[in-house]
Amino acid sequence: MSSQAILNVQKASLSFGDRSIWKDLDLSVAPGEFIAVIGANASGKTVLLKAILGQLQLSSGAIELLGKSVAHGSRQIGYIPQHRQADSGLPLRARDLLRMGLDGHRFGIPFPSNATAKKVSKMLEAVGAEDIANTPIGQLSGGQLQRIRVAQAVIDNPKLILADEPLSALDLKQQSLVAELINSQRQQNGAAVLFVTHDVNPVLDYIDRVLYLANGQFRIGTPDEVLRSDVLSKLYGRSVDVVRNQGRIAVLGSSDHTHHDDEKWL
Amino acid sequence: MERLFDFSDYDQLIPLVQNSLIAGLLLGIMGGLIGVFVMTRDMSFAVHGISELSFAGAAIALLIGFNVALGATFGSIVAAIIIAIMGTRAKDRNSIIAVLMPFGLGIGILALALYEGRAANKFGLLTGQIIAVDDPQVIWLIATSLVVVIALLVVWRPLSFASLDSEVAEARGVPTKALGIIFMLLLALAVAASVQIVGALLVMTLLVTPAAAALRLTSSPLLVPILTMVFAVVAVVGGILLALGGGLPISPYVTTLSFAIYLVARVIEKSRGSFIR
Repeated sequence: MSSQAILNVQKASLSFGDRSIWKDLDLSVAPGEFIAVIGANASGKTVLLKAILGQLQLSSGAIELLGKSVAHGSRQIGYIPQHRQADSGLPLRARDLLRMGLDGHRFGIPFPSNATAKKVSKMLEAVGAEDIANTPIGQLSGGQLQRIRVAQAVIDNPKLILADEPLSALDLKQQSLVAELINSQRQQNGAAVLFVTHDVNPVLDYIDRVLYLANGQFRIGTPDEVLRSDVLSKLYGRSVDVVRNQGRIAVLGSSDHTHHDDEKWL
Repeated sequence: MERLFDFSDYDQLIPLVQNSLIAGLLLGIMGGLIGVFVMTRDMSFAVHGISELSFAGAAIALLIGFNVALGATFGSIVAAIIIAIMGTRAKDRNSIIAVLMPFGLGIGILALALYEGRAANKFGLLTGQIIAVDDPQVIWLIATSLVVVIALLVVWRPLSFASLDSEVAEARGVPTKALGIIFMLLLALAVAASVQIVGALLVMTLLVTPAAAALRLTSSPLLVPILTMVFAVVAVVGGILLALGGGLPISPYVTTLSFAIYLVARVIEKSRGSFIR
């Protein structure tokens, strides 16, 4: 499997000073696989993405993307950041943000080109954003901007999509719409997804596996294998209840002092 | 009024300021292009800081009889490197600039006070001396602006990506840090060239105001740089032409034109209520 894996994390450990974030992490992501990375605040979810992007050095172990050691980012990666309200005074419309995902890395001036415009229009259509194509990004709503972000991440046909809490700051309806969009787009592009989130529910129907990080340890498996009271109790080292209700999952008793209320919901 | 505007003998004056007009055109184009990134990277204050150190470099060069253009360039490159290395976070950057700026200005004033040559040379470094642009200066300026403009055109797309969407740009493998340093060096060259023409105090009028005005009018990544260049060229060349007869410093003309363009842009934005798209 490792020879075909998109992403291969082998015995990866990361610590800041004395504090170990995670230890001996093994993860192999197959093509087209959708994996949710969940865990409490400061459990090292975002740090894992940074390590995959080569922005943080591992203390030990290795991460390989398509068989090569990770460097500073990659064109094979599509990245969906957390929603942040964009500055209103920027010379950037939705279609320009989208285009940067296609050719923003290239040298020279972005001359208008028919081929590029076609790809951008097609992508705008695919995410249902034709009507906001010419809107400055500072004027987009949260859901609209994240929609463009999804399009930007897949327009160059990446092999791997990294999503860092892309649904936070969206309301529930927008969360499920954007989650659905990420799923349909990765299916069309055949890309694997690593989806960092503190709430697994919006993507529960789409994910193949869960990587659960807590206490510097981890569990990997299908949602049914990992999101269980006995498994998580062992991981946390104390009694934790996993409750299923109307297709939603909540982990009770997992919260440390640092948590916000909403993070009880996994 | 006659001291402000005097258009008699205009036909004879124009050939005499041919150098100045070429300089104004080049500065406008270069300032307009780099100004777009000054705005999107939120570097307005850095422009001010770099220009004060550039002034100090030029003043010291004047004092010790060294090439003033080289002095100005040396000063601004030192400032740009310090800001680039120590000011990666916006907050740090602002405080470092605010620390550097008065120091540079103080050193510059000291050097000027010790200088015993022509007084016009002194004043010119602060407030501009475009009427007296000589051939070596024009050649220097042509070289600088060619370097800055060509380099900007080459890195335009990745620099835009890094400036407007740095997180995603970094994930996509765009060398955002290296581009940031390249940008600061280009900015240093542009500031040093501008300091000699419009003076240290007024560099903002060339590198910030035109872009700020253009951003009021459009969000198109193509139209913003074009409008910015047009505004900058109109302000500088227009300022030179208006200033010709009066014998007063050029800078008030340039700054007033630049400011007027900005005001008009705001009024248009307000009356339209939204952006051109």
